[in-house]
Amino acid sequence: MSEISDFENDPDLEPIEPAILPLDAWHRDKGARMVEFAGYPMPIQYEGILAEHLWTRESAGLFDVSHMGQLYIAPAEGAEIDVEAALEGALPIDLATLKTGSVRYSLLLDEEGGILDDLMVTRWNSGFYLVVNGATKWDDIGTLREYLSDEVNINHLDENALLALQGPKAVDALARHAKGETPLTELKFMKGAAYTLDGVDAWISRSGYTGEDGFEIAIPGEEAAKVADLLCGEPEVKPIGLGARDSLRLEAGLPLYGHDMTPEHGAVEAGLIFGVNKRRRSEGGFPGAARVQKDLAEGTDRRRIGLKLDGRMAAREGAKVMSGDCEVGFVTSGGFAPTLQHPIAMAYVDTALAANGTALQIEMRGKRLDATVVAMPFVPNRYVR
Amino acid sequence: MSVYYSEDHEWIEVEGDLGTVGITDYAQGQLGDITFVDLPEEGATVAKGDSIAVVDSVKAASDVYTPVSGEIAETNDALADEPELVNSDPEVGGWLFRVKLADASELEELMDEAAYKKFVAGL
Repeated sequence: MSEISDFENDPDLEPIEPAILPLDAWHRDKGARMVEFAGYPMPIQYEGILAEHLWTRESAGLFDVSHMGQLYIAPAEGAEIDVEAALEGALPIDLATLKTGSVRYSLLLDEEGGILDDLMVTRWNSGFYLVVNGATKWDDIGTLREYLSDEVNINHLDENALLALQGPKAVDALARHAKGETPLTELKFMKGAAYTLDGVDAWISRSGYTGEDGFEIAIPGEEAAKVADLLCGEPEVKPIGLGARDSLRLEAGLPLYGHDMTPEHGAVEAGLIFGVNKRRRSEGGFPGAARVQKDLAEGTDRRRIGLKLDGRMAAREGAKVMSGDCEVGFVTSGGFAPTLQHPIAMAYVDTALAANGTALQIEMRGKRLDATVVAMPFVPNRYVR
Repeated sequence: MSVYYSEDHEWIEVEGDLGTVGITDYAQGQLGDITFVDLPEEGATVAKGDSIAVVDSVKAASDVYTPVSGEIAETNDALADEPELVNSDPEVGGWLFRVKLADASELEELMDEAAYKKFVAGL
């Protein structure tokens, strides 16, 4: 206690400033409304969520996702360790089939099989590049540290910024600037390569979180404003905030960590078993394997599903899903789908009621909203494979 | 005819014993694109401060509190097809409901335009 009081009374210690991302001033200059997200001030919107959402679907939107954690997993200096085997001990991914430059979706599970995070894994020449969620990155580093031998280094690339350029015209805008061995237009979905953008070194992968064709671009933080200006100088590109990012990913049926999946959910019931690669399902050997194998063999009591709502009132996270008088589930994400012009939601419901076409109701503010179970994505994805 | 404002960013325009209620331009700007408005039933009896309507935006749902007590005389049918009127014309065409005032003295607790402007500037 005395140490704490001394610390608080020390006149030489300044209060800790909130962390700021490399594009903070750039967003403010562009008229963004900033909100706190994952511990950083982030742009929620510029001109408006609806306009930004529709612009991304028809042209190209630039998203700053520098809050996300970028990690490089590699052998410690002088260590003989097989980093591929070590990482397979931590994640349910099949790295034997992941080629250099290829990107794959995976899950970070706890020992009981609960989902701690979802992430993207890319094979680089001498190690693996991971992109994890912003709000969970510090916990993820701790978990990975626990799961991995000391002979494996976890390098937090926290001086990097991460941009996403998404939409059908993203390729046109980015190809004008991306110089590399592989022409950008030949890069396929879930592949990445090294490029330069006006002299700035960039790792670019054809991937994203909107359901559209698009790219994710890792660059040094100090060059982020230059690259953002370069891309927003193209007629197809406008900056897009986190508000539209959320409505776009919801339409694309992509789950949001902390909402549509949490440690309370396993991979099978979350509909994310594709994050547990086939060989690993039978072989096991990763945290939570017993739960995954049990859920695959026996099924789960509930499933994550998509709901299309009648009317215009949106269902929100936490709303009860009803079948007659029975409570059969709960909404984990919901909102108005700008592309579809009706509300949609993701929910966990009893497996018996999870089939497409099942008529359910959602309780919102004392009203019952009619809803139907539908396949996801709600809006067809347009990946370039 | 006078217009009053609440700290919850509703406006009420009073003519005789009838008040027309909506949300302010500041409020619509904060909420963003409005996609749906849930309005009270005509004939319902409401008490000052009750949440009696909900404005849904792409981002979130927000309660609208009635600034006065009384009976709901009319609601704005145009919002069923054009909820975006609340964004484009919040203080005229985007009105939400009309209430027959039960107690005109409740208006004294509200702000006039100058006071509301000052209130918003301080936020």
